[in-house]
Amino acid sequence: MEELDLVVVGAGVSGLTAAYYAAKAGLGVLVLERGDVAGSKNLSGGRLYLGPLRGLMDELLEGLCLERKVMLEKLSVMGKQGSASLSVRQDFFGQPQYESHTVLRASLDSHLSERVAQAGGFVVPQKRVDSLLREGARVVGIRSDGEEIRAKVVILAEGVLGLLSRELGVKAPPSPKEAATALKEVIQLPSEIIQSRFGVGEGQGVAHLFVGSLTSGVAGGGFLYTNRESLSLGLVLRLEHLMESQLQPHELLESFKAREEIARLLEGGQLVEYGAHMIPEARRLAPQSLVGDGYLVVGDAAGFSLNMGLTVRGMDMAMASGFFASRAVIQASQSNDFSASSLASYLQMLRGSFVMKDLERFAPLERVLSRKRIYNEYPEIFCQMLGGLFQVGPGPKEGYLRSLRKALGRGPGMPVLLRDLWDMRRL
Amino acid sequence: MKLEEKLALDAFKVDEKSHILIDHRICRSLCKTKYCLRVCPAELYRYEQQQDEIRVEHAGCLECGTCLVACRPGAISWSYPKGGRGVQYRFG
Repeated sequence: MEELDLVVVGAGVSGLTAAYYAAKAGLGVLVLERGDVAGSKNLSGGRLYLGPLRGLMDELLEGLCLERKVMLEKLSVMGKQGSASLSVRQDFFGQPQYESHTVLRASLDSHLSERVAQAGGFVVPQKRVDSLLREGARVVGIRSDGEEIRAKVVILAEGVLGLLSRELGVKAPPSPKEAATALKEVIQLPSEIIQSRFGVGEGQGVAHLFVGSLTSGVAGGGFLYTNRESLSLGLVLRLEHLMESQLQPHELLESFKAREEIARLLEGGQLVEYGAHMIPEARRLAPQSLVGDGYLVVGDAAGFSLNMGLTVRGMDMAMASGFFASRAVIQASQSNDFSASSLASYLQMLRGSFVMKDLERFAPLERVLSRKRIYNEYPEIFCQMLGGLFQVGPGPKEGYLRSLRKALGRGPGMPVLLRDLWDMRRL
Repeated sequence: MKLEEKLALDAFKVDEKSHILIDHRICRSLCKTKYCLRVCPAELYRYEQQQDEIRVEHAGCLECGTCLVACRPGAISWSYPKGGRGVQYRFG
């Protein structure tokens, strides 16, 4: 076989984006995927923000296989005996520069894989990459099923565990502090019921996040996204805290589903799939470790994901990183120089883009969001506080301020609360 | 719904060879916490008292890697199942 220009390890959104643009530029591209088809090993909560990708890859975004356009944002803070919710709708949510969609990875990724093929690239499924071919420090190809495949450059889009990139000195797999375990159920429900139950129109969807007692003090929360004819429901649990606790993830998911607020939304639905996946969280790899002689690391493998409390992102960053990696590879092939210093243009593009800027800006928030009291004490106080304001019981009603002060008094105390707020000052 | 019933809904193409290997000597001598028994979302790990051994049922593995990350003593050696094997998500 003639030497390929590019081998991509992994047919997820980052790898397929990279492969598409490299193939379109005329490079010889091969994507290797260990699943039955592209997408069959991939799992995500299920929401893709298109806004950040506009202007970068408009062409690829045309005709993506999406579920529903998110027009309603919901956040519920859950206490042990109640909850308080916020519901936000804005007309601009639907505009191209802000739009986001719920997605299911099997269909999203297999569509992207077809696009790669149309652009002239090859996607070969059922091929696990066992190791990297190296000559000294340089990566010169991969080994799969005893077969050696050589390429001028390799893009590692292998996902969060980084089993191959760790051979190259990337700090992988992530530590329990840098990773969350996510569990997800796909629950089928007719589209008319989804629309009437969630109060959205045809093609429109809801993204609902949950924080508080549902994770019993473990950093993380719950999510519920509406797809065309199903719901994606799940939990995200910071592994470090899960290990310290006596909790079992599946039991937490079952108690979350049993909550009155949730059970009602799922009524009549039929479970069709249960899955689990890890998410890189608060994970920052040294940028220079993401590029070397003959290789680049993209997507989850590069730690590109960001929990901003109100929004949880990963796929947009993954696709952008794949896009920048393809640009770096195309540039490098013009000078036929695939050394680390030539491929380092990838890092410059990342730094100049929303990927690195958002990761840096919101790093302090991720640190605050790692504190356990955000997930047990604060939600409890918040729910009691609001509950107290709304209740009218026997006898004279307490003044609003007094109710608030009483609720706050049950918490970790004003100095701690103020420090948590102070730590978020630059956001 | 029980966890086993949920796993029965998933599509698996099981490899007869396990992709998860456990070094029992490390489990016995270095690991007090046995996180694997608790953190696995598919609850595939169990402890066999008679043999003083941790066992794993690789057939229902969702390939998340939680056990690999949680097992700090390094008793679990974990690779992905070979190409075309293991869980195949139909929705993802």
